[in-house]
Amino acid sequence: MELPPIIHDWFTARGWSIHPHQQDMLDRADAPALLLIAPTGGGKTLAGFLPTLAELADGQHKGLHTLYVSPLKALAADIKRNLTTPVTDMGLPIRIEDRTGDTSATQKKRQRADPPHILLTTPESLALLTSYEDAPRMFAGVQRVIVDEIHALAESKRGDQLMLALSRVQAMAPGLRRVGLSATVENPARIASGLACHPDPCEILYADPGPDPDISMLVTEERPPWAGGGAKYAIPAVLEQVKQHKTTLIFHNTRAQAEIFFHNLWLANDTDLPIGIHHGSLDRDQRQRVEAAMVAGTLRAIVCTGSLDLGIDWGDVDLVIQVGAPKNVKRLIQRIGRANHRYNAPSKALLVPANRFEVVECVAALQAARDHELDGDPPGPGPRDVLCQHILIRACAGPFSADDLYQQVRTVGAYSTLARADFDACLDFCATGGYALRAYDRWKRLHLRDGLWHLRDPRATRDLRMNIGTIQDTDTLKVRLRGGFKPLGEIEESFAATLTPGDTFLIGGQIVRYESLKDMSVEVTRRADKTPKIATFMGTKFATSTQLSQRILRMFREDDWPELPMHTAEWLHLQREWSKLPQADRILVESFPHDGRAHTCFYGFAGRNAQQTLGLLLTKRMEELDLNPLGFVSTDYATLVWGLTPVDDPASLFNPDALHDGFADWLAGNAVMKRTFRASATIAGLIQRNLPQARKSGRQATFSSDILYDTLAKYDPDHLIMQVTKEEALRGIVDFGRIEEMLTRTSGRVDHVILPRVSPLAAPMLLEPGRVPVVGAGRERLMEEMAARLMDEAGLSAL
Amino acid sequence: MNAHSFTFGEHRLTALPSGALWWGDRQLLCVSDLHLGKSDRIARRSGVMLPPYETQETLAKLSHDIAVTDPKTVLCLGDSFDDLMAADSLSDADDTTLTSLQAGRQWLWLEGNHDPGPLALGGTHLSIHQDGGLTFRHIASDTQLEISGHYHPKYAIPGAGNARSCFLTDAKRLILPAYGAYTGGLRATDPVLTRLFSGSVIAILTGHRAICVPVKPSAHPARPNRLRGSRP
Repeated sequence: MELPPIIHDWFTARGWSIHPHQQDMLDRADAPALLLIAPTGGGKTLAGFLPTLAELADGQHKGLHTLYVSPLKALAADIKRNLTTPVTDMGLPIRIEDRTGDTSATQKKRQRADPPHILLTTPESLALLTSYEDAPRMFAGVQRVIVDEIHALAESKRGDQLMLALSRVQAMAPGLRRVGLSATVENPARIASGLACHPDPCEILYADPGPDPDISMLVTEERPPWAGGGAKYAIPAVLEQVKQHKTTLIFHNTRAQAEIFFHNLWLANDTDLPIGIHHGSLDRDQRQRVEAAMVAGTLRAIVCTGSLDLGIDWGDVDLVIQVGAPKNVKRLIQRIGRANHRYNAPSKALLVPANRFEVVECVAALQAARDHELDGDPPGPGPRDVLCQHILIRACAGPFSADDLYQQVRTVGAYSTLARADFDACLDFCATGGYALRAYDRWKRLHLRDGLWHLRDPRATRDLRMNIGTIQDTDTLKVRLRGGFKPLGEIEESFAATLTPGDTFLIGGQIVRYESLKDMSVEVTRRADKTPKIATFMGTKFATSTQLSQRILRMFREDDWPELPMHTAEWLHLQREWSKLPQADRILVESFPHDGRAHTCFYGFAGRNAQQTLGLLLTKRMEELDLNPLGFVSTDYATLVWGLTPVDDPASLFNPDALHDGFADWLAGNAVMKRTFRASATIAGLIQRNLPQARKSGRQATFSSDILYDTLAKYDPDHLIMQVTKEEALRGIVDFGRIEEMLTRTSGRVDHVILPRVSPLAAPMLLEPGRVPVVGAGRERLMEEMAARLMDEAGLSAL
Repeated sequence: MNAHSFTFGEHRLTALPSGALWWGDRQLLCVSDLHLGKSDRIARRSGVMLPPYETQETLAKLSHDIAVTDPKTVLCLGDSFDDLMAADSLSDADDTTLTSLQAGRQWLWLEGNHDPGPLALGGTHLSIHQDGGLTFRHIASDTQLEISGHYHPKYAIPGAGNARSCFLTDAKRLILPAYGAYTGGLRATDPVLTRLFSGSVIAILTGHRAICVPVKPSAHPARPNRLRGSRP
């Protein structure tokens, strides 16, 4: 396709020429599906829009022509600005509007009656649009859909929901062509097949990726400590780097680490460099202020977490520092690739290992980056809770045929192998609840009439529409200064519940004192203390990816490690002399006495979450075998258990059948499972998250979803949502899938090494925070003792 | 014994860890806010179909308490059914369970705001019940030595885990926890509850054991609403 003269002239007038990949996109504008892989700043978004502008230039098209979907509201608003300017300059007859959760109700209504040529939206807003009865009219003429940052959506339920919504749009607009825009990913073909309307092909185009990034490990005078994640030792070296660069982003893996590092950086910042902090728990205003200051170039450094990954302009950032091992090479590369993109110079990044083992991890990550070996786990089949929500959304739009909907759903890559029986089970769940006890024959949500499924009560559409989406609110509470109005940020409810008045913690880089809870927010006062009493709230902990763990195990097979700093290489040599280095196809188990307790270290290299789960399962099994475990601690590579009785036969602990049984029992009562259940039950429409007037009234009438989980586990353990919950547990925070992977790769080959004292590799584990006590009846006893003491104090013990 | 006995008026009462109240001298078992048929009512009214097992679960719990105490009288302190229609649409199995529990003993249904009318079920229907200077009714009034339900109180010992549903009492008033499976709770520190009491308030938490603890007025993070059922 040639550019219309009006656009071509506009380019020429500015002395711009079109990039090769932008021309490629124009040439293939008729393809049913196209995926463009391009680094940020490569004119990726314009490449996506050029065919649309060319097709609309003659002013002939009426109604909606192109849907643009991005994972962030902010991005939709940005694109609107960036697109409107040239369109106005060129005088093109094109109307561009955005539609997100922030758009006003009148505007939204008008958009449905009189849609713009280009609509910029999010997956949730698009799903909502398809739920209206007039959706066929609005979408009838749609020609193209552009999914921006598709890599960020591809591995999430938001992406699944988007693709289901597109299958519906495609049914209303059979000529729809799909375009995906993605950053560098490990498996473009996978994203391409997720984008296409199955079984359409999807061609993949590559833009020039630019020069390889310049990544290295930060060399410090001080040696990294044996354990911990704060990287406090590196503060002077990091500060020195900040001084030498224009704008530095300092990434951390958790919010807690970001807060602590920022605090320490600030204490050491004797030249008063302007430094800010940015993470997901901070108040939105505060985050936006930091973003604005960054864009304006008034900040020299920003301490941040992944929340800064998307949505703001990184143009002037000339150094990215990653504190703590990157855990996942793909994320590291995508992050670094965003820096310095305005100049055709390589992006520059430094890795700062937080402890000695992370030195090994960082070197492995550097090698993986150099070899362009990115990591990622293959996605599972399309999640059924999202499908249930899709069925309910479809029902809102009017009566539908199960056969037609099933055919549509199968055009989505992730659901292309969905069995009819599974689809029918989801439909039955939506209609009757899907319980073994057929209780709701009279009050079905959907019922079949003349071969079509109808909503029993059309008024239900309002509640259903309010609950569209797959993003879960975490239970957080706002933090406010006493007497102040503006929130400082948010903390997890579970963290708030552990606070007692007088406790101090870090938020937004300042130390505050917990005073009280008022109107659902946490009241605090400012404190001038140097160190907070309670470290800080938790954040997401990423597990080291399977590929990176494998690379570390491969490194262990080498005779020597010239690429490692001397102190770390010597440490590994010492481990080899003393005991063994772990191997990929065997499980190394070390037993040694320490501090009067029998210690056993299990090197599974399964990642933090799976090692944590393994710790829970092993100690449970040890309890059954009367080995009296007292507690354990896990890292990405090992689990250390201590107890009263030495372990003689570790191989028996790894009996896969016993581990599976233990897993099933343990799942039944596990808090993580209950949280997973709540998420899936909400997505599937079993629990309503938003109901009109629900927030203020009748608090005593609400009850926890934990009760529903317990009830189902007891009376209906094979219910659809219980099945979905178990599937999710194989991944994510329980990550049983990686325990399975470890059991398969080692298949019972256990090396048990008995040592007189702790081994070099196990020693850091003794210093690791996050020890988990093994509790049986302990918690109950603790509560009773506390209650008795409080009764005593109140002079009521005789009661 | 996992229960907790205490003196109320001049009577010795026992809070069972299940949330039932046992009055040994009268061989009377009292339970409040069973909310039987709640999932049915929610499905009827909102289209949300919760697991329909709560009536079965609540009756199983009640059967256990009755088997252990073998009461002469069972007193249900109101909101026994989530509404009158729910009472009519009990499953045959639940109906049979209830009938067998009633056999050979006096059964008193006190009316609640959810079930204000007479029920087509065995037993006697009353608005209040008085005995030995104690008054039983669904919603607390200003009567002295009154035993009521309605508010579904719950309490968390600060720093020791999640809230549990609980009895609340001072010298003059006793409020029972909700006994039904699908019932949420109102924090004991909520003004709606604190203004009903004059003296220092004791909470008796339910669970594995009945645990007795003074209610500290200091606020504790309240859980945001998760799930909305019906009005109390």
